[in-house]
Amino acid sequence: MGGRFFFVSSCLGRFYFAIMAGKVKWVTDIEKSVLINNFEKRGWVQVTENEDWNFYWMSVQTIRNVFSVETGYRLSDDQIVNHFPNHYELTRKDLMVKNIKRYRKELEKEGSPLAEKDENGKYLYLDFVPVTYMLPADYNLFVEEFRKSPSSTWIMKPCGKAQGKGIFLINKLSQIKKWSRDSKTSSFVTQSTKEAYVISLYINNPLLIGGRKFDLRLYVLVSTYRPLRCYMYKLGFCRFCTVKYTPSTSELDNMFVHLTNVAIQKHGEDYNHIHGGKWTVNNLRLYLESTRGKEVTGKLFDEIHWIIVQSLKAVAPVMNNDKHCFECYGYDIIIDDKLKPWLIEVNASPSLTSSTANDRILKYNLINDTLNIAVPNGEIPDCKWNKSPPKEVLGNYEILYDEELAQGDGADRELRSRQGQSLGPRGGRSRDSGRTVLTTWK
Amino acid sequence: MLQEESDLSLVIAQIVQKLKGSNLYAQLERQAWASLQRPEIKLESLKEDIKEFFKISGWEKKLQNAVYSELSVFPLPSHPAAPPEHLKEPLVYMRKAQGSWEKRILKSLNSMCTELSIPLARKRPVGEQKELLNKWNEMGTDEPDLSLFRPVYAPKDFLEVLINLRNPNYENGDSLSFRTHLGLIQVPLKVKDIPELKEFFVELGLTTGQLGIDDSTQVPPELFENEHVRIGQKVLAEQDSAAAQQYIRQGSPTALRAELWALILNISSQPEDILYYEQLKTNVIQHDLLVDSLIYKDVKLTASNDDYYFVFEDYLYQVLLCFSRDTSVLGHFAYNSASPPKSYIRGKLGLEEYAVFYPPNGVIPFHGFSMYVAPLCFLYHEPSKLYQIFREMYVRFFFRLHSISSHPSGIVSLCLLFETLLQTYLPQLFYHLREIGAQPLRISFKWMVRAFSGYLATDQLLLLWDRILGYNSLEILADCPKSIVP
Repeated sequence: MGGRFFFVSSCLGRFYFAIMAGKVKWVTDIEKSVLINNFEKRGWVQVTENEDWNFYWMSVQTIRNVFSVETGYRLSDDQIVNHFPNHYELTRKDLMVKNIKRYRKELEKEGSPLAEKDENGKYLYLDFVPVTYMLPADYNLFVEEFRKSPSSTWIMKPCGKAQGKGIFLINKLSQIKKWSRDSKTSSFVTQSTKEAYVISLYINNPLLIGGRKFDLRLYVLVSTYRPLRCYMYKLGFCRFCTVKYTPSTSELDNMFVHLTNVAIQKHGEDYNHIHGGKWTVNNLRLYLESTRGKEVTGKLFDEIHWIIVQSLKAVAPVMNNDKHCFECYGYDIIIDDKLKPWLIEVNASPSLTSSTANDRILKYNLINDTLNIAVPNGEIPDCKWNKSPPKEVLGNYEILYDEELAQGDGADRELRSRQGQSLGPRGGRSRDSGRTVLTTWK
Repeated sequence: MLQEESDLSLVIAQIVQKLKGSNLYAQLERQAWASLQRPEIKLESLKEDIKEFFKISGWEKKLQNAVYSELSVFPLPSHPAAPPEHLKEPLVYMRKAQGSWEKRILKSLNSMCTELSIPLARKRPVGEQKELLNKWNEMGTDEPDLSLFRPVYAPKDFLEVLINLRNPNYENGDSLSFRTHLGLIQVPLKVKDIPELKEFFVELGLTTGQLGIDDSTQVPPELFENEHVRIGQKVLAEQDSAAAQQYIRQGSPTALRAELWALILNISSQPEDILYYEQLKTNVIQHDLLVDSLIYKDVKLTASNDDYYFVFEDYLYQVLLCFSRDTSVLGHFAYNSASPPKSYIRGKLGLEEYAVFYPPNGVIPFHGFSMYVAPLCFLYHEPSKLYQIFREMYVRFFFRLHSISSHPSGIVSLCLLFETLLQTYLPQLFYHLREIGAQPLRISFKWMVRAFSGYLATDQLLLLWDRILGYNSLEILADCPKSIVP
């Protein structure tokens, strides 16, 4: 591991070495055509993990092993991987909430205007995650909160799982009291990753279109956390439930009503393989502008960008900003009927499976644009580069936030933001720790 | 001069007659009576004062809009002695062709009916009524067995009929020359040529700003977009139909579109309108029609599978099922070359007293019909408003896309216009396509019949339909494929 092979000094060997030296060598544990086709079209060479490689598209299990303390693995300058070592600070449901709570408290302590609260004690600008508790650790705190509004619904999610697995809704304490009593672990203190759950206030007033609940999947690429540089993929999509939404308590068990994950919906009776229950974000924008107006729609999208940037800023201090890493996250966002966006979770390994033809095209282009940014010119990387790709290679990505740019001197910032980037509304908020460069877009 | 004057007074008389029966008239009367309480209304100058009051309070504007609406829809009287068929369609051979086409459709419908032993209409048992009422908002989840139903016809069947249209009085003895029309449509209708189109569509010229082009990200909004939006808001504030129609020729901003279209079509959701819609809904609940299954099948085949419109599937049933039962739609047959099919009560074939129009609105849906409604769902999410807008769009525009007539916005003229434009300005392309056995019209026909719904991205489609409303004509549909086909 990490060893270098030197070719014997035979003519053929040197010739071979010369040819192959320029090509990026890739490995992946995720056998998906959208990935492999992209590697092959760049003329990259597939190798195994035991050989010298330049680019490794890892699964989250592999990254855990690579960066675990025991292995003492060291990446060389010409090696790049697609995850940050401790991405779980953002992508595990409980850690994400912990980090955001910590971030808010810090801002409050500093007296930052961002941490301003309203008369009910709710953060004005940083209230974008539904009230959440860790179980079993915060069980008592949760019970206190639950008793304040006993008719509310809560959603239980296992911390370490994905694709909607293990999720269920509750509206009575008894439904989880049983769970925590049943737990074979000796006390509330032991938290094995497998059994840790988060419980969040369920958003039971989601924005409905055609009577159906949907959520938004947005892709965000982070090339570095300090300074924070992140890109938003323009072509996100909405995932609709196949069944009409009802907040009725009799349907709390019907996952087809409540969970938008494709992994769940595709087993529904009405699942359609042509459109896959998906809408483009542009459709959503058109619909909202037409029925609700341009200002509120613009404000909604601005808020969505805002919460993504804030979530990244929240974890930036604890992230291992390893220069060999980049990461493409899948953000899940739900919009409620007051047009307020809520951050539900962030996925480190967004699905690369294609459920429809459009899907396949989208994901192929996503990977293509991601690689263009992460591995400049498709050449053997040097992780010492400044990670500032030229505008032309962004493809369908747009700069979401660039900390360096934002902290450039005032006049510079003004100038840069006027150059072709459409700025967004006349936002009535003071965003003092750097500006979001991208806001309203067409 | 005299002729024009008498024509005008005829039109005025007819409009007054029509408006007298409308709700607006009742409202104006009420307002006039109520205004007598006002201090500025004096007995000596009663007429002038009330007129002034109407002007200030905006009622005059409403009346103006109603008159404008009638004028837009109303065909101009050709000759005082012209019989009503002439209003529908002046050319005899066209009328005959439409008549035989209708016979075919009805035959097809009747035979399906007999084959499947399903009545054209039946009353629902109470249990079924209750069930339907419960499911009203999610009729899409119903899975009736529709495998035996087929659409009554598809656009390509209709195209075959149009291709075979001939004017018996027209003798084209000339030998083939470069003037010969190479297309499929072989009837000598007058269509606009490019200079005439340029004049007609003057606002679409290169020197005038357009939404959809001049509002893209590369163009600074100060150049056109901002001003255009400001004017749009002003038009809406004035509530002026005619101004809105003129304005929308340059495209409508997305946020203003729903209101602008409602203003142009003179739709305002009055309580009576909502009540009327509810009444139609009750009809749907109480009676089941064979055409309902056709509608169901159509939605399932088209809109449900569409990337943009699948979300609105349930709205489509709510609109189309009510539409079939709306007898007010029968009014448009006065100026439609088509006539509503008649059905006879069992055993009383041929006896006029036992004839009913079937379906009640006289419109038999064909394959793709539901796509006329689908794009509107992006603009209106309140079912009764959505319904009104669709109905108005249908009786003003869409009906012309599937009936045989000589009207310049009728599908025959549109086809001819398309072919003529293509042959004149892109002759090599036309000729090449013909040589490889792909007559251009065969490709573009279905686009035009559907007014491009389902073939263009929704934001583009809505910009196209803006122009249909703005120019009160479907000719833009013939112009559109010219840029797509190459």
